[in-house]
Amino acid sequence: MKNGSLLELKNLHVSVDGNEILKGIDLTVNLGEVHAIMGPNGSGKSTLASVLAGREEYEVTAGEIHYANQDLLELDAETRAREGLFLAFQYPVEIPGVSNTYFLRAALNAIRTHRGEEEIDAMDFLALVREKVKLVKLDESLLKRPVNEGFSGGEKKRNEIFHLAVLEPKLAILDETDSGLDIDALKIVAEGVNSLRDPERSFVLITHYQRLLNYIVPDFVHVLIDGRIVRSGDRELALQLEDQGYEWLEVEPAQAAGA
Amino acid sequence: MTQTSTNSGAFASALRAVAGLPAPELLKDLRARGRESFSTLGLPSRRQEEWRFTGLKGIEGEVFESPAAVAPRIDVTPWRVSNARLLVFVDGIFASDVSEIGDLPDGVVVSNLVLGATSGSEAVAQHLGSLAPLEEHPFAALNTALITDGAFIHLPAGMELDRPIQIVFVSGSGKRATLSAPRILIVAEAGSRATVIEQYIGDGASLSCPVSEIVIGAKAVLDHVVVQEENLSAHHLAVRQVQLAADSRYSAQAISLGGALARTDIGVVLDGERAEASLDGLYLGDGSQQVDTHLTVRHASPNCKSHQLYKGILAGRAKSVFNGRIVVDQDAQKTDARQSNRNLLLSEDATVNSNPQLEIFADDVRCTHGSTVGQLDEEAVFYLRARGIGHDDAIRFLTLAFAGEILGRVPVAELREHLDKVVAARLASIADPKGIE
Repeated sequence: MKNGSLLELKNLHVSVDGNEILKGIDLTVNLGEVHAIMGPNGSGKSTLASVLAGREEYEVTAGEIHYANQDLLELDAETRAREGLFLAFQYPVEIPGVSNTYFLRAALNAIRTHRGEEEIDAMDFLALVREKVKLVKLDESLLKRPVNEGFSGGEKKRNEIFHLAVLEPKLAILDETDSGLDIDALKIVAEGVNSLRDPERSFVLITHYQRLLNYIVPDFVHVLIDGRIVRSGDRELALQLEDQGYEWLEVEPAQAAGA
Repeated sequence: MTQTSTNSGAFASALRAVAGLPAPELLKDLRARGRESFSTLGLPSRRQEEWRFTGLKGIEGEVFESPAAVAPRIDVTPWRVSNARLLVFVDGIFASDVSEIGDLPDGVVVSNLVLGATSGSEAVAQHLGSLAPLEEHPFAALNTALITDGAFIHLPAGMELDRPIQIVFVSGSGKRATLSAPRILIVAEAGSRATVIEQYIGDGASLSCPVSEIVIGAKAVLDHVVVQEENLSAHHLAVRQVQLAADSRYSAQAISLGGALARTDIGVVLDGERAEASLDGLYLGDGSQQVDTHLTVRHASPNCKSHQLYKGILAGRAKSVFNGRIVVDQDAQKTDARQSNRNLLLSEDATVNSNPQLEIFADDVRCTHGSTVGQLDEEAVFYLRARGIGHDDAIRFLTLAFAGEILGRVPVAELREHLDKVVAARLASIADPKGIE
């Protein structure tokens, strides 16, 4: 593993119910970098996010994932989170009966305990929450409400970024956080994410559209088609995809990958 | 019936002992009616539809001791709601030394039933024994046959009581299995308002078969919290009958946590226009506990509302029965009735029998009912884990949240906090994977 690399995927093959979805992914994310993974529907983008977060219904049939000098596949989902890996869900889950802040404080304390730190006291936590909630312009009334219950689509996505801001992960994976957002909400989410960019934090942005990348400028762009990364580049690649769509890469994936 | 003489034998000595106890004439007459009814009904058998799923083995083999004549001193501090008027009964005997009723406004009665009966209360004479299904329900009959004392609350018209009334029944204080048959009579006259907490606790083996009769006058409001947190060798078979006059409101939460067997039969009659009854319940079962609710809400007048939300959490080999019946009389047009029973199974060996039933004889009504039995939402469990919360904690969180919907409706903050703690502690042991068989 290279010095400074936070996440490294080597020849990753993943199946769900016997169907191979990811067919050999190689990817290296260094500390402080922002990577965008783009691709059409069904290309395996969300599968990649799920495998990284530790969903158990996905079977890794070959390959390796190294994360912060550990074999990620050996860690269960909660341990990954405590080790600083964060997934912003494409479909954040409603949890009736559990207040947003109560949940978040339990999550933060689980992470702190794992690091050998003391649990955060109630006043400090309140101050932290008040500060972070401003980043995503989330109404403070949503803090006391049950997690995501009755939140609008945009509020759910902003709540994910709010969790991200409070939990301060090393690696944040945003799974289609831009989908279903209007332009104002998109800008708020992007500003929130930009303010959290840090030399000690990496991002993997999973998205179908280039639009998000107008506001969060990535260091690298990868195109995922049919379970393989067929092209990697910088921001220009994303702009090219916006102009030309994915078809030119789908036609001759082998050539495109080799180009 | 031949079964009668054999299976009511467990109570023969208790019945004889109680029959000889001195009591006001009113109670003596009731006892005689109860004895007659119980000798006809006997203990129920599983052949009877209403008792098909309720196992009474734990009662049939036991010989229950009559309670002592004087209640032993007992410390109820951990259960005490600090601002409540307190009535304490130990194995059915009024414990006047630990009860704290306080000064009462003119006309209000909060006392033991014997005092109410001897003081010549009209309300006692009129209502005691008027609602309970004495002729049909074996345990209503048994309670009546054994009647010695209980709680009596009388609110005169227009009287609003701010402080809640807490009635604590302690069971199983004796060395052998004890038997208690407390009786509760609540009469809320027109326009009155009160909150009543009825709480069952106890450490030893016991059978308690309380009967409550609740009469709610026009425009009166009664909040009622019933908490059953006896120990795991207790048997609890309760009967509650509520009658509502026009524009009155009855709101109840039944929290059932303890007992080898805990069954409550509740009957509510909406007997005046625009009356409203809301009944919520939370029951927890683990190990080999059985917890049953049999509920009948009868809409006897137009424009009434009723709703029930009963939630169950079952682990181990626990069993639960929910029989919910809504009856809408022919005249009860514009009825709005909703019933929901939701069960969470935390083990493969726990079982639930949920039978919501509607019997509608009016044509312009809105009635819904439904029941669910399921496991925790796996997507929610994963969401919590993906934020760093451990698997077992995630399960505890979600289970507690499931319970919280009912606990949150308990109107007395101090009691709600007590219940939050007790339920969290119970769930911590239930959700411990080692505890799930």
